[in-house]
Amino acid sequence: MMTNTGNRITQGQFSFLPDLTDAQITAQIKYALKNNWAVSVEYTDDPHPRNTYWELFGMPMFDLKDPAGILMEINNCRKTFPNHYIRVMAFNSHRGVESPSMSFIVNRPKVEPGFGVSRQEVDGRNIRYTVHSYATDKPEGERY
Amino acid sequence: MGDNRKVQAAGADEAQVDLEAEFKASNIQEVLDKLDRELIGLMPVKTRIREIAALLLVDRLRRKFELSSETPTLHMCFTGNPGTGKTTVAMRMGEILKRLGYVREGHLVTVTRDDLVGQYIGHTAPKTKEVIKKAMGGVLFIDEAYYLYKPENERDYGAESIEILLQIMENNRDDLVVILAGYKDKMEKFFQSNPGMRSRIAHHIDFPDYTAGELLHIAKLMLERQNYRFSAEGEAAFTEYLKLRMQQPHFSNARSVRNALDRARLRQANRLFADAGRKLGKADLMTIEAEDVLASRIFGAGSGAV
Repeated sequence: MMTNTGNRITQGQFSFLPDLTDAQITAQIKYALKNNWAVSVEYTDDPHPRNTYWELFGMPMFDLKDPAGILMEINNCRKTFPNHYIRVMAFNSHRGVESPSMSFIVNRPKVEPGFGVSRQEVDGRNIRYTVHSYATDKPEGERY
Repeated sequence: MGDNRKVQAAGADEAQVDLEAEFKASNIQEVLDKLDRELIGLMPVKTRIREIAALLLVDRLRRKFELSSETPTLHMCFTGNPGTGKTTVAMRMGEILKRLGYVREGHLVTVTRDDLVGQYIGHTAPKTKEVIKKAMGGVLFIDEAYYLYKPENERDYGAESIEILLQIMENNRDDLVVILAGYKDKMEKFFQSNPGMRSRIAHHIDFPDYTAGELLHIAKLMLERQNYRFSAEGEAAFTEYLKLRMQQPHFSNARSVRNALDRARLRQANRLFADAGRKLGKADLMTIEAEDVLASRIFGAGSGAV
């Protein structure tokens, strides 16, 4: 059974929705800035669910007042990596939280081949499952 | 601007809007009044701010009729002698532009060369961009902007910073307003070597020197803010002091006045301390007497800068 037709990966916020428009992204970032979270832009071509740390595009942006600067960075990143996954992450530095409070995808490759499950039979006929991204069969930079 | 003009739509659209109602709704008058009240003199500056306010207001009305026009460039250059209020006005500019709906946040980011220009190859661009990103939605105030360009050193990274600024000033007009400030002759030289910068700045505002009367007014305002006042003789003495001080070299307008007042307060405290036996009232603690001013070295024969 195909549970996710179109193979769109679903990570972070809003990932079941259609792609956010720039206006919607701006509104989300505004919310992050209002809470004094540091926003950064990250990209990857290996979107495995366990691949937590994506590459930072530029520096995390501290002390910003307006989302325009971040949107500028997002667009720069889209220009540099048009066929990568790009996400916006808002880091909450408040004591006791100290982790990302928001994370959503703002750019996807045109074709997302999705993931496959491989099963390995081990002792006692137990099964071990591995989630495998079809895209990572190719070397880095040629995946999408 | 305050009269009851109506704006008529072009073409078939006969709808009318009330300029005055719009003006009142924007609370601009309040900001302009505050400017008038708190900043003495500076007529050319106030006139230009009024003009900009009018333009932005009319622009907003035009948009209601879908008469599109490009966003006006509001990048500015403030030139003038030391202490003529360039920084003070820049601080207000953020608030004014926010009220007018031209910028979204209206905060002011003040930078100098050090914040924009890096120390090694590849350091300048990220540094400048970071500052620009912080200023977005508000006003970027570059103090002593002429330092950005050092013609005597061709390997200076200032030019790279200017390049990025120019690009942003052109492409992100909606996102931030850049204000350059500096002394007139030096800024003139700066623009000569950067013609692109001059043409991208629509408003060149020159801050005139203050007259003696204006300076006295400023002095009184400063004292009032700190809960001090001149006695009648004290005021006369300070008028005299200003007359002498203005002829001295390195006179820097309002800044010199502030320094002179600080020294007068020092002497006042000293005087009160000297006759410690006396009981002091509130008025004694507030009043700057003539002798506090007259003790200045300027009145003596020896001409120190103080």
